[in-house]
Amino acid sequence: MSKKAETANNNQIVLAAVKDAFLKLHPKEEMRNPVMFVTFVGSLVTTAFFFWHLAKGTFSLFELLIGIWLWFTVLFANFAEALAEGRGKAQAESLKKSRKEVFARFLDHGRETKIPASQLKKADVVICETGDTIPADGEVVEGVASVDESAITGESAPVIRESGGDRSAVTGGTRVISDKIIIKITSDPGGNFIDRMISLIEGAKRQRTPNEIALSIVLSGMTIIFLLAVVTLKFFADYSGQAAGQDLSSIVTVPVLVALLVCLIPTTIGGLLSAIGIAGMDRLIRRHVIAKSGRAVEAAGDIDVLLLDKTGTITIGNRMASEFIPVPGIDEKAFAEVAQLSSLSDETPEGRSIVVLAKDKFDLRAKALQPHEAKFIPFSANTQMSGVDLLDGAGNVMRMIRKGAVEAISKLTGKFPEKLETEIKRISASGGTPLAVSDGSKVIGVIHLKDIVKGGIKERFKELRVMGIKTVMITGDNPLTAAAIAAEAGVDDFIAQATPESKMDRIKEEQAGGHLVAMTGDGTNDAPALAQSDVGVTMNTGTQAAREAGNMVDLESNPTKLIEIVEIGKQLLMTRGALTTFSIANDVAKYFAILPAMFGMLYAGQGAQGPLSVLNIMQLHSPQSAILSAVIFNAIIIVILIPLALRGVAYHSQSAKALLRRNLQIYGLGGLVAPFIGIKLIDLLLVFLGVVR
Amino acid sequence: MKNIIICVKFFILTAILTGLIYPFLITLIGQVAFNNQSNGSMFVYHGRVVGSTLIGQKFDQDKYFWPRPSAVDYNPLPSGGSNLSATSAKLKSDVATREAKLYASGSGLDPHISPAAAFFQVDRIVKARHFDSAQKGEIINLINQLTEGRDFRVLGEKRVNVLKLNASLDDLR
Amino acid sequence: MKTADYLQLILYGLLLISLAPFLGTYMARVFQGKKIFLSPILGWMEELLYKLSGINKDEEMDWKDYTKAVICFNLLGFVFLFVLQLVQKYLPLNPANLANVTWDCAFNTAASFMTNTNWQSYAGETTMSYLTQMLGLTVQNFLSAATGISVFLALTRGLISKSQSSLGNFWVDMVRGLVYILIPLSILLAVALNAQGVVQTLSPYNNVTTLQGGTQTIPLGPAASQIAIKQLGTNGGGFFNANSAHPFENPTPFANFLEMFALLLIPASLVYTFGVMIGNRKHGWLLFSVMFVIFAIGLGLSLWSEYSIPITGIHEGQETRLGTTNSVLWAMATTCASNGSVNAMHSSLTPLAGGVALFNIMLGEIVFGGVGSGMYGMLHMVLLTVFLAGLMVGRTPEYLGKKIERKEVQMVILSILLPGAAILIGAAIACVYPVALSSLSSKGPHGLSEILYAFTSASQNNGSAFAGLNANTVFYNVMLGICMIIGRFGVIIPAMIIAGSLAVKRIAPASAGTFTTDDFLFASLLVGVIIIVGVLTFFPAFSLGPLIEHLLMLQGRVF
Repeated sequence: MSKKAETANNNQIVLAAVKDAFLKLHPKEEMRNPVMFVTFVGSLVTTAFFFWHLAKGTFSLFELLIGIWLWFTVLFANFAEALAEGRGKAQAESLKKSRKEVFARFLDHGRETKIPASQLKKADVVICETGDTIPADGEVVEGVASVDESAITGESAPVIRESGGDRSAVTGGTRVISDKIIIKITSDPGGNFIDRMISLIEGAKRQRTPNEIALSIVLSGMTIIFLLAVVTLKFFADYSGQAAGQDLSSIVTVPVLVALLVCLIPTTIGGLLSAIGIAGMDRLIRRHVIAKSGRAVEAAGDIDVLLLDKTGTITIGNRMASEFIPVPGIDEKAFAEVAQLSSLSDETPEGRSIVVLAKDKFDLRAKALQPHEAKFIPFSANTQMSGVDLLDGAGNVMRMIRKGAVEAISKLTGKFPEKLETEIKRISASGGTPLAVSDGSKVIGVIHLKDIVKGGIKERFKELRVMGIKTVMITGDNPLTAAAIAAEAGVDDFIAQATPESKMDRIKEEQAGGHLVAMTGDGTNDAPALAQSDVGVTMNTGTQAAREAGNMVDLESNPTKLIEIVEIGKQLLMTRGALTTFSIANDVAKYFAILPAMFGMLYAGQGAQGPLSVLNIMQLHSPQSAILSAVIFNAIIIVILIPLALRGVAYHSQSAKALLRRNLQIYGLGGLVAPFIGIKLIDLLLVFLGVVR
Repeated sequence: MKNIIICVKFFILTAILTGLIYPFLITLIGQVAFNNQSNGSMFVYHGRVVGSTLIGQKFDQDKYFWPRPSAVDYNPLPSGGSNLSATSAKLKSDVATREAKLYASGSGLDPHISPAAAFFQVDRIVKARHFDSAQKGEIINLINQLTEGRDFRVLGEKRVNVLKLNASLDDLR
Repeated sequence: MKTADYLQLILYGLLLISLAPFLGTYMARVFQGKKIFLSPILGWMEELLYKLSGINKDEEMDWKDYTKAVICFNLLGFVFLFVLQLVQKYLPLNPANLANVTWDCAFNTAASFMTNTNWQSYAGETTMSYLTQMLGLTVQNFLSAATGISVFLALTRGLISKSQSSLGNFWVDMVRGLVYILIPLSILLAVALNAQGVVQTLSPYNNVTTLQGGTQTIPLGPAASQIAIKQLGTNGGGFFNANSAHPFENPTPFANFLEMFALLLIPASLVYTFGVMIGNRKHGWLLFSVMFVIFAIGLGLSLWSEYSIPITGIHEGQETRLGTTNSVLWAMATTCASNGSVNAMHSSLTPLAGGVALFNIMLGEIVFGGVGSGMYGMLHMVLLTVFLAGLMVGRTPEYLGKKIERKEVQMVILSILLPGAAILIGAAIACVYPVALSSLSSKGPHGLSEILYAFTSASQNNGSAFAGLNANTVFYNVMLGICMIIGRFGVIIPAMIIAGSLAVKRIAPASAGTFTTDDFLFASLLVGVIIIVGVLTFFPAFSLGPLIEHLLMLQGRVF
């Protein structure tokens, strides 16, 4: 999206949120949030007082302004929530577009009929060919096809879907771009992945998470405490007025008490709480991760053991050519030349790495072959190989070069020479992959494809260690190879020759030790382990069973994502904690503004100010401007903090201690100091504008 | 039900243990080992019990050292202070009328005065008793003799027991 | 202040810091059922109590059983004490021939002594017979203290339990607390105080003719035995009306030092016991330091205030032998611990010193606090701090490896809310109810302080008073009695629920992602949370009482 379009889109979201802020003024909506409900009732009471006094013939600008700003406080909180929801809705809209009505080619006992996709039920069977949109979530029961899943993942490269393996799940709304598959539908109408995703994003099904509930209890408790403190203050004021022989009833009025109450109760965090939660989910979705529940997101922040698959996460999923091993009798350089030839049109990273290696090692320049000279055979899932056919002038095949998995090539060539077999074993033993190359019906050598540890991953693990998270690499490699890669990548531990059972055992073992474990997986045999882990992230390319078992789905199928998920989980909690601290710390300044305003004249001598006026350390202009300034500050701080609530507090990979110190300094001390400055500035402004006496 | 029975039995036992056996044991030890203290540290003057050295008593005749003002007028039933605060008009006016501007004690039964408060009163006593300057010197000596230092030189304050002082004063004749 | 004053303060602090580890370790061993040097001497008494009461000491209780036992036992003690007062006239050991106690005063007193408050709306020497003092009040002094320790133990066991529901056995905890800790220490202290001049007799009051020729009735009684446990068990209810200002309760500066030391000894040591039981002495020291720092700040402020008023001689409401330093030190110790005994009249302290005393109580009696109750109250604040800190580091909050979740937070908030609500609502009613106002002896802001202090002291189970208020009226007896019960069980029951909830949770091992609870940062945060919670709740009321009175005093205003 261009910058301009994005701005326009944002403006739309903001406008919609403003409208929603008013719609949310319904008592039933407000009741869900005790802090804001008290503010809401306070606004009603203050407004009622204003009109009551107006009816009696006194117009009180002060009461009017207090009332207006209390309403603003409620509206600002509503706005924050609406804005967060709006951003989610915008995402949902774009998803909905992909859900436009499609027709399914329904197979009824071999007979094909066209029916609307919305009529498909579980266990129905449909057929999809090149160009068809897959009508609903399902499982491939027959065939292989490449599928464009960019509608949900945003990833343009097509993925292979085939029956029977770990890549059998297909998602409704995605499009088949080659071949033909037969799909068994696995969801009922409305239960499709995209449907669920939309409802999650829209926040309709948003359930409050455990920590959010616990925090709400703290906030409600504080609200009750302040309610008591303010209500009883009226009684103490009555006593004091009597004891001092003064009439305080014109100063300690209901609107003033309501203003004090609203300033004290944690409206800042109360108003932003749900926005923080929604925005947290939204941040995940922006990274193309769908959490099945908010609980899982929070749990992600608590993770202290990560089980990571080696391939794709720690090493780049595609291996790199590192060695040319010709069969006896063939020169290495000659073999390299053939190998390069076979890979000229191979745009996969492996293919390119072969070309590059040949060039680096023997200075072989890649030839530019003309279409009439050669015909390239792309990789096919069926044959498990790719290659090139060199043509003579008449277009007949002169030479057939193939490269592929050892088993596939051996089908072409028959048994490999003894020496080559030994080399192949050596490569496998070292954790590498042997890629056989044949020329005609003869094998001419193998290319050693080696695991390459991802750049920057070591630093990433180091950060995780600082955060107290242990990384465990899972690999099918033998212990020796695994140890070598583990050391290179800097993981804390590894499981070699991993089986689904050994993964499961490790998870249980860690959990028994009190750890919270996260893992990624995609295969059906990962399902039990995904279900057992505290946070199981399933690759979108995974099987339906795996997707059901995990509690998050990564649409981009990027296993490294787990690390980001952990960070988002932490950031979500941190934002709540930081704003709570800020909110509470703010109260100190508000006491210093409002109490002297209420009681500055108590026990005052002739013409002098009362003793409690010493609390007016901000030197606010008048009691009215002090109270008004505090209320205004209290309202606008919500708006000021909305971006922070939506973005989350800045996250750094640091130890808990460092994080705590940092957040305490910013939000604790900052929360203590900021309102003193803010209230004073507002006071000056009010005086300047002549709003207050 | 089983627990309620345990509860009742346990309460009875602990009540007997801590409410009867324990105080009786302490009483026994006290009566044997610290008989005087246990029975109120009574002060015997010429064969007559005239009070307790620990319980201040009222002296308002000019010939005696006066103790501190007492909110209960030295009637120990019950003891207690004035509980007046720093912003009390009554306290301010009460103190203003007192000769040495003294404040009342917490118990209302303070048996002591400070040495300074004792010295302050010497002239009045000398006058009331028609003492000469030699006898005045003896009073000052008495005060010095009867001034108790801080316990272990550190704890508490220097003080003079008013009852002991007045008894010694009577003996001066 | 003189050198001797500083020396007394330093001596007190040093002795407390150096003895707490010894007694703390000893108590931990007692409650872990390990052998201690007293086992061979007193083991028979422990066994005898089990046998006669039918207690199976190996039986484990979950939180429900434990709580039921606590409540049942306390209820029984309450009823017994209530009835005893109502019929004392007909019972022996009443040499002064005192009448039966009125129902409202008896209710108030029974609630007060059951809840370890020991607020006294009566004057001991003119109200309670020797039998009532011994069999009623002394007994509850012991039992309420032992109850506090037991609840603390249950909560501690909940924190360290490895996914098991058992919290120990209430009866066993009570027996061990009494037999190995409270009774032996009380005997030692009682004898020492007795030697210093505290009376201990069953003889009747003594009528004497004074030196000047007047008459005086000198009250006596079994005081030493009661005063020892009153100080050690953070009870604070005096044998005589003037409490430890009375020369028969507190005859010498040395006796004063012993009593003042006994007052904080067990609460301070229990902090260390906690460190031992959780296997993290450093964390124990951290909590100790937090308490000590808050205590020291208040002490410094009060001493400054008391010594800055320009008067000659000894201050109003203070005793000659003890002096101002000891009066202020005691006032701070007794309000930090929920003891409530006094050796000077708090109402006559300077407004600021009295205000600090009041604020100490408002903090929730967790700065050392009551025996046992101080620690479980403090642990509630620790959990609240952990919750906030946990959020700030992006992890579900954990304390000692146990996750702090909805239920714990709910109970913590409840335990802070209930006493706070009792204070504010009670005081607010008293401020406008003419009958309640007629009990006031002071006009001006001090009157509000008197009311606030009464409800704060009752609701937080302290028991000291701004005694100008005549609290022996039906209104105050009933209201304050209810406040005391809310303040006690409104914290005990949440503590037990938390213990039960934590007990069954698994312990997560610490990592770099968990913030440590035994370093300076956490300590500062804890101090901050404790003070902020106290200030935010009570500052409005406080500003109209002690604060404004202090400012008015500076202006020389009187009422």
